Amino acid sequence: MDRLNVNPTRMMLSTLKRRLATAERGHKLMKDKRDELMKNFLELARENGRLRQEVEKELASMYKDFEKASAVMSNEAMEEALMYPKQGVELSVGKQNIMSVNVPEFSFQTTAKDPTDVYAYGYADTSGDLDGAISAAADVFPKLLDLAAHEKEVQLMAAELEKTRRRVNALEYVMIPRLTTTIRYIQMKLDESERSNQTRLMKVKDMVLEDAHDYKN
Amino acid sequence: MYKVGVIGDRASVLGFQSVGLSVFPVSSGDEARKLVHKLADEDYAILYITEKIAAEIPGEVDKYKDRMLPAIITIPDRNGATGEGLRNVSKAVERAVGADILFGGEK
Repeated sequence: MDRLNVNPTRMMLSTLKRRLATAERGHKLMKDKRDELMKNFLELARENGRLRQEVEKELASMYKDFEKASAVMSNEAMEEALMYPKQGVELSVGKQNIMSVNVPEFSFQTTAKDPTDVYAYGYADTSGDLDGAISAAADVFPKLLDLAAHEKEVQLMAAELEKTRRRVNALEYVMIPRLTTTIRYIQMKLDESERSNQTRLMKVKDMVLEDAHDYKN
Repeated sequence: MYKVGVIGDRASVLGFQSVGLSVFPVSSGDEARKLVHKLADEDYAILYITEKIAAEIPGEVDKYKDRMLPAIITIPDRNGATGEGLRNVSKAVERAVGADILFGGEK
């Protein structure tokens, strides 16, 4: 690994040592976060897949019911019957923090006075199939909402997990090796200059002694 | 208070009107693109969009993936599921883990 481009001084050495300690602590924390996120995420994703399959199946049968209804009713009559729904939906959104990921939490309220009576038309000029279709739609709706919450959660978690994974890798394979090689390089350089200083001093001492006392060893 | 919107072809979204969702029938990708932007700026927390329409505007759907709101969820239209929805889930797994380790086997 290439080392950082720094001056080999004692001050830089202590700075780098501090940075290495921080990087290592950060790496450990990130790794823990990644592992925990992964555990939660996989569970959620599996649940998401299951829920989606379920909803898709129910939607398919709902569409089929509507198809049946539209076969016996004219388009205009059908649109007319559905034009003013009796039930409105009010959605409130909360925020939930899972492993530092903010995910929305949906809770809904229907404004219908009577939840079993969602039919916004008289029974005289509509087909019975339409009633079945609408009750199927009312049944699938809470699940659809659940799916939305789950899927959003999975998407947001995936983004966070990707980010965390990259950080862990960057620390592990780039930052930390680079810091350790630089630290070793500075240490070597310092030792080397220490040794050269030592020999120079010994030499000087010899010369001074020779001058003063004619001393030779 | 937030709202829930459904975007798709007319025949598919009609059913959702009966349970009180706001439906927006569209016929082309361009129309849907504008609509998604407009609704995302209003207080729509969830937008259901049929797979066929979503396939025409792939960039727009991805753009909102990392934002908390709105949640853009693809649903099958009345011609049945194309499998795009499940593929999205496995794409999320792939993004997070690096490889799809959950849904890889089933196709």
